[in-house]
Amino acid sequence: MALPDGLVCFVKADCPTCQMVQPVLRQLRAAVPFTVLTQDDLSFPAGVEPVDDTSLELSYRHQIEIVPTLMKVEGGKPVERLEGWDRGAWERLTGLNDLGDGLPGFRPGCGSRTLDPGMPETLALRYDGSQMRSRRISLGSMEDEIEATFVRGWSDGLPVVPPTPERVLRMLSGTTRDPQEVVAVVPPDLVDCTVEKVAVNAVMAGCRPEYLPVVLAAVEAACTEAFNIHGVLATTYFVGPVVIVNGPIAREIGMNSGVNALGQGNRANATIGRALQLIIRNVGGGRPGEIDRATLGNPGKYTFCFAEAEDTSPWQPLSVERGLSPGTSAVTLFAGSGVQPFFDQLARTPETLARSLASCLRVVGHPKWGLAWDALCVISPEHARVFRQGGWSKQRLHNELDAILTFDGDEMVKGADGIAEGMPESAARGKIAKFRPSGLLFVHAGGTAGLFSAIIGGWVSGPAGTEPVTREVRP
Amino acid sequence: MTDLLDPTGEREPGQRPRAARPASLDGLTIGLLDIAKARGDVFLDRVDEVLRERGLKVARFRKSTYTKPAPADLRGEIRTRCHAVIEALAD
Repeated sequence: MALPDGLVCFVKADCPTCQMVQPVLRQLRAAVPFTVLTQDDLSFPAGVEPVDDTSLELSYRHQIEIVPTLMKVEGGKPVERLEGWDRGAWERLTGLNDLGDGLPGFRPGCGSRTLDPGMPETLALRYDGSQMRSRRISLGSMEDEIEATFVRGWSDGLPVVPPTPERVLRMLSGTTRDPQEVVAVVPPDLVDCTVEKVAVNAVMAGCRPEYLPVVLAAVEAACTEAFNIHGVLATTYFVGPVVIVNGPIAREIGMNSGVNALGQGNRANATIGRALQLIIRNVGGGRPGEIDRATLGNPGKYTFCFAEAEDTSPWQPLSVERGLSPGTSAVTLFAGSGVQPFFDQLARTPETLARSLASCLRVVGHPKWGLAWDALCVISPEHARVFRQGGWSKQRLHNELDAILTFDGDEMVKGADGIAEGMPESAARGKIAKFRPSGLLFVHAGGTAGLFSAIIGGWVSGPAGTEPVTREVRP
Repeated sequence: MTDLLDPTGEREPGQRPRAARPASLDGLTIGLLDIAKARGDVFLDRVDEVLRERGLKVARFRKSTYTKPAPADLRGEIRTRCHAVIEALAD
């Protein structure tokens, strides 16, 4: 329904300013083409034959936030608008003089009914909800919403937020992408996953709408051939996706890169990682005990997401190291198997700290295996300070660790050192590197107190398993 | 009454009958698929021997990695060349 040309005013009876300007509305009605739209009472205002907008459709479509709102309409489109009562402004817009004789010159309006609590969601669903295609499931009147999601198998074991159409629509406001755009083909069932399906699961995970672009980028990254989420899911090994967020979006959505960065307590960290896992479960059909065959798994398979502390880092951000320009928001996915603490409180030079770190890195997976797993090191501020003060670049650290973490093959092979596990006999003749050239990643995060860093071991690395994948976060 | 939006892929599970079991293996080609797990070849080498002792034809196949599903081309080749397949998952 288009607005009539001429002057238009949105009012509600439950607004003292609207009540006050009734004489003005009658003046306008007598003088020029003028339509009054009422949001609540068809008998208000008297004498101007108000048009019914109690459905609030026109108020919603024209984004009315205040009543009265006076608009000039040409060709069905508002070309000017005023909110509240302001005699001078109303006279300028209408071209009429002596409006509201005896009234004060100015009085602010009231909130439009479109902004009543719960109303924005209701109206968005009513007038813009047809963009959603997901099957609607009506719960029984006696059915508990949270229990209903458990019963249907949608939960990771913790309660989820029931994905009502209102909540999903609100979630979709977090992106400019079309709800029906296919984001990725999600293993293991290889299902086309739309922006809408991502939004449904993001609601269940507890995300706010502004997190959605990060979740979308994480889904894109997870479902690449390189990251191989099918294998990450299906393996008997511990592994699950770890999401590292870089760039301005991390601060904009309030992510934690500081105290307890890998732990609980921050909504964005907690729910973005969880949303990714719920999408693998619900859209992709990847459930534990079915395609997910993990022997033990790890707690990070509920959620594992954090931001890099870029401002205080001695090094360039992970996303920049991996080819994106500085200031670009990005996610990097790493297939991680849980956190192994690295403790060193005595190192005051980068040389000894690197040797100390290397000794702990050697045991990733197994100390007698090389070139098998990648590792992500989360270097804390106090350890980073040692490298900064020593003037070590990230590349220098890579080079030094590569040198320290290269071993004689004969100490790595099966049976050596009384340990049956180890590399094949063919490895005995040469030198064995613990990590492949791109197999160590460093990010900077954590609280400012504590000479500890974290080692997150990987899974089968490279084309035969998984590669870390970085994706730009798009609005 | 509350409406919820379905978070799943909304796929309709397809039902397909299993391929009929051959009444006899005589004259058939048996595919042996190694998924590239450690020592899978040890198991399949022995199966290979047993089948050949029975006078059967055997065709060997191998995935490049156990971490990813068998590529469509490999599945197609097995389907074209073999009447039955034995897949070895080992460790």
